Amino acid sequence: MSRAVYLDHNAGAPARPEVAAAVAEALLHGGNPSSIHASGRAARQRIEQARAQVAALVEADPAGVIFTSGGTEANALVLAGCGRIIRMASAVEHPSVLDAGIDRIIPVDGNGIVDLAALDAMLAAESGLALVSLMLANNETGIIQPVAEAAALCHARGALFHCDAAQAVGRMKLSIRYFNADFLTLSAHKMGGPSGVGAVVMADPEFRMAPILLGGGQERRRRAGTENLSGIVGFGTAAALAGDDLSGGDTISEICGLRDRLEREAARMVPEARVIGQAVARLPNTTCLALPGLAGQTQVMALDLAGVAVSAGAACSSGKVTESRVLAAMGLEPEIRGSAIRISMGRDTRSEDVDCFLAAWAELARRKGYTVNGAAAAA
Amino acid sequence: MAYSDKVIDHYEHPRNVGALDKDDGAVGTGLVGAPACGDVMKLQIKVSAEGIIEDAKFKTFGCGSAIASSSLVTEWVKGKTLDEAASIKNTDIAQELALPPVKIHCSVLAEDAIKAAIADYKKKSGKDEEAAE
Amino acid sequence: MTAIGAKPCPTLSRPKGAPVYLDYQATTPCDPRVVEAMLPWFTEKFGNPHSRNHLYGWEAEEAVEKAREQIAAIIGADAKEVIFTSGATESNNLALKGVAHFYKDKKNHIVTVVTEHKCVLDTCRYLEQEGFQVTYLPVQANGLIDLAELEAAITDQTAIVSVMAVNNEIGVIQPLAEIGALCRKKGAFFHTDCAQAVGKIPLDVNAMNIDLMSISGHKIYGPKGIGALFVRRRPRVRLVPLITGGGQERGMRSGTLPTPLCVGIGEACAIAQAEMASEAERLTGLRNRLLGGLRQRLPEIYVNGDLDNRIPGNLNISFAFVEGEGLMMGVKELAVSSGSACTSASLEPSYVLRALGVDVEMAHTSLRFGLGRFTSGEDIDFAIDHIVEAVEHLRAMSPLWDMHLDGVDIKSIQWAEH
Repeated sequence: MSRAVYLDHNAGAPARPEVAAAVAEALLHGGNPSSIHASGRAARQRIEQARAQVAALVEADPAGVIFTSGGTEANALVLAGCGRIIRMASAVEHPSVLDAGIDRIIPVDGNGIVDLAALDAMLAAESGLALVSLMLANNETGIIQPVAEAAALCHARGALFHCDAAQAVGRMKLSIRYFNADFLTLSAHKMGGPSGVGAVVMADPEFRMAPILLGGGQERRRRAGTENLSGIVGFGTAAALAGDDLSGGDTISEICGLRDRLEREAARMVPEARVIGQAVARLPNTTCLALPGLAGQTQVMALDLAGVAVSAGAACSSGKVTESRVLAAMGLEPEIRGSAIRISMGRDTRSEDVDCFLAAWAELARRKGYTVNGAAAAA
Repeated sequence: MAYSDKVIDHYEHPRNVGALDKDDGAVGTGLVGAPACGDVMKLQIKVSAEGIIEDAKFKTFGCGSAIASSSLVTEWVKGKTLDEAASIKNTDIAQELALPPVKIHCSVLAEDAIKAAIADYKKKSGKDEEAAE
Repeated sequence: MTAIGAKPCPTLSRPKGAPVYLDYQATTPCDPRVVEAMLPWFTEKFGNPHSRNHLYGWEAEEAVEKAREQIAAIIGADAKEVIFTSGATESNNLALKGVAHFYKDKKNHIVTVVTEHKCVLDTCRYLEQEGFQVTYLPVQANGLIDLAELEAAITDQTAIVSVMAVNNEIGVIQPLAEIGALCRKKGAFFHTDCAQAVGKIPLDVNAMNIDLMSISGHKIYGPKGIGALFVRRRPRVRLVPLITGGGQERGMRSGTLPTPLCVGIGEACAIAQAEMASEAERLTGLRNRLLGGLRQRLPEIYVNGDLDNRIPGNLNISFAFVEGEGLMMGVKELAVSSGSACTSASLEPSYVLRALGVDVEMAHTSLRFGLGRFTSGEDIDFAIDHIVEAVEHLRAMSPLWDMHLDGVDIKSIQWAEH
């Protein structure tokens, strides 16, 4: 089976080799971190080291890190764990936020950016304590929200602020202190860690987060269950590596360069094409590309046949072939949002992969009757 | 939990395990703790005519920290006067053995054992009133 | 695809100086065959199993579905009835809260047992705070429930009966088929925590009338961080999910499925199923050797819990007049536990042993020995020698042992409890 060019890193990404090695080691030599004999103590030590590594990546206190089974559970924990509270979330949040009992939806503008004035007015109108959930970067478009501004506004109104950074962590600098978030959601597998592990990071380690999983005193009584030792060790390793990348490596800017070239070339070749959110800050690796008149699903299938793996909408809902909630919330016209595909890159993406995508995509457009300008320029 | 080197040393090489004749008038016996609580310490001291503790023995049912605490105090009380021995504080024991917070009660028990042994000796030798003066 | 069980069971070499691992009820090492099956899914085949548009997604989905079938096979279920969770703790939480919340308008009563795992008991206490009635059944001296008491406890208000298959501390096996039949007759759902039972004893969700079953990965030589919940389709059991968003696992458990972990628990089930019968026989032999060796050389030792209705890999012994934690320190060449690993940070003696009617004094003197796939006869002989040596050393130091030798009943003494 020949491997396709993989441009769907926001859905799933390979673990980095160092991570895979650490995970394999932990699988073979893991004890129960709650056991008091030597193998248990060694397991406990490895978990605490990973906790420190994850905390360091987001400049948090390790004691505030609660490991979970992933970003979805982390979001569920924050939204259920703050007690009786009015829950607000932006209209472009991940389903794990939007489906977790949100009371008020905060609108976004045509660029997908949360309407801060509307948020302020909504908070002013509430008499009770509120929790506002706003993602750092969107999984479908990569659009980055003004998180620090939103946090300041929430705190001025006495509300708690949660930032879902599952898609952003490891791809941009991220500090719980700079953003002034009360809670962060992190996920390991989008940044080269293993799947099945994530975390809630609390700015105040003493915050009494009510657990959703009960029984056993793990994670300082905030999340019961024997710790996913290999996953947590892999998460810590990925966090340390991501920290290195973000503080000086060329990886992030290289990915960004590839992304920009892809967008430039796509727009040059097919002038009808439109990059969603191009005018605002986005993750360096994500392009949401619409080709009005050609359904996103059709493009994805044709590209798959041509050996290029991309997606339309988010992975967890793409099985249902429903329209993107995110693009609808941005007020995009049906022919735009129905024709969007997501191209997301990772550290293993090469310039040739971009060429392959552009060639296959341009060929598809030509077949469907679009006027296509010239072949893609060489890298 | 990780035990300190000193706890391990006392556990593996306990000092002064054994018994003194409890019917000897120079011997004071302290038995503290309870099986239901997971620790019982028996500490015995032999006091010279000059009021100096010249020998001490222990037997302990308990965790490593309890055994180490009792072993340590047998070393400490030897050669001390009763008053000096009575002034040993549980915090001294806990500090010497680097006991974690959940094991502080072991040091408390050891302090109690010294006091109980001294009281038993004084009771037997009729020195209760003397001490009260 | 290689036939299940075709690869021989590997031996795990013990690093020099590492203790002999006899704590298989706390966790099991991941079988190297399981790790081997998992590894490609981290780096080469890393697709999201929910991506439906390309090969990367399809191959991941196929792997996840194969694992689901492997889990279903070992419990006699249909693959559609198996949902993945992050572990048995989540499965237990989901089963109890999920059923209680879904049926709360019709029924408000739950029956469970005092010796259940903490996560079941804590969830039941939480549901009590929400207004549900919970009956905590006692156990007999052998650790088993009295079926007549169970029958009397189930009412027409009982939504769910939760009884663990195998106890984590004493390894006793509850009469699942009888409990299942009772629950079916009385119209209550039967949930069983099988974290310690899967791969150890034959299980059949249909023959045993089990409606929900919790399964753990890391107790069966699979990875930590993954578990499963069997949820019966006919008659259908419905749940309110704990984790929403994305709608995976038939809406009962959202979140991206971790392909490598799913593959790992599936492979672990397949290996356990293929090797269960021979492994049970081998472990029974080793356990008898351990118990026989200790009994031959040490007086005043007592087995906690029924010895016949027990998984082969468990032994829980009280060594009278020797405190368990002190004993653990004396057998540092062995990795064993005193009480449950989850509770050992506290100083309270095991609530499971207390529920059997074991005296607090004796509960303090207990050790749990968990034997498993990589335990050898040499390990057992090594263990016997070290245990005997440590017990004798500590008894020589124990004032209670002296009293026992002098014929003093320690119960006759007025202890100053502190």
